[in-house]
Amino acid sequence: MSRAWVTILLLTAATYALKAFGPMVLGGDRSLPSRLTRLADELPAPLLAALVAISTFTSDAAWTLDARVIGLGAAAVALWKRLPFVVAVIVAAVATALARAI
Amino acid sequence: MTDVPHSDRKPIVRQALSIALAVMPFGLAFGIAAREAGLNIFEAMGFSSLVFTGSAQFAAVSVLSDGGSAVTAVLAGALLNLRSLAFGVALAPVLKGSRWFRATAAQLMIDEAAAVGMAQEKPADRRYGYLAGGLAVFVLWNLSTAAGVLFLGAMGDVVVQAGIDATIPAAFLALLWPRLSDARQRTIALGGAAIALGSVPVLPPGLPIVAAGLAVALPGRRSRR
Repeated sequence: MSRAWVTILLLTAATYALKAFGPMVLGGDRSLPSRLTRLADELPAPLLAALVAISTFTSDAAWTLDARVIGLGAAAVALWKRLPFVVAVIVAAVATALARAI
Repeated sequence: MTDVPHSDRKPIVRQALSIALAVMPFGLAFGIAAREAGLNIFEAMGFSSLVFTGSAQFAAVSVLSDGGSAVTAVLAGALLNLRSLAFGVALAPVLKGSRWFRATAAQLMIDEAAAVGMAQEKPADRRYGYLAGGLAVFVLWNLSTAAGVLFLGAMGDVVVQAGIDATIPAAFLALLWPRLSDARQRTIALGGAAIALGSVPVLPPGLPIVAAGLAVALPGRRSRR
């Protein structure tokens, strides 16, 4: 089995377990231990920020600085101006393409 | 508000469809990323239909693409998705039903479905919003993944020149953005980014993203209890 399929099957099991815990295990309105709830609430911010940083500033596991930074900056301006998700993503692509064309 | 068990559902359907349309570029981007990581169409669709969790899919594929192991890819993807545990707990009260219904509905436990569901006031509307949002995203996410792999992935150079590679960090930023209005979340986000970038030269591919999770240990008042 390919490395991709091993990843797909294990990741499906892991994400499904996380998705299904609430609906399958928690019958009523019982809640998680507060420490776990806090962890689940706080992990996305650093992990998403790490993904932003890694996908902007690295290539092949090494630091890189290229036009993606311009795209990220443009997306940040779009989001700051409260433009929708799609617009921010398109703005990033356009800004990066323009920076590369110049 | 009236006494009927649910409200007019057109606005809920509109919300579900607009959020599903909004994830389409992200689905295209995932198809491209999968293609660039060397995955075939079946593997890409396996991710989008079985894993069906945008950020976990991107994390796992970027680890695979950097030459990381399957275990590292799974760890990065699963840690990133701990939040679906919280969504599931929040929505469990409105997702009552047979074991089969709950087991199927649980597959839709993603940010967008949870957001549409939790945005409604009445329990019946929450359930409807969750299912509508989840199904709409599931269909368009899979269609756009296929389109990304089949039509855009074959044009690697065009993708780079058109700046489509910058849609991935932009989409992550868009997912992160709402959290940044909170001081505590801002602190741990910056901490996570610093840990990840700082550890790139020393950790195996993929692990810098997992290491970023340590930022939750940064001192500071925890918000949104």
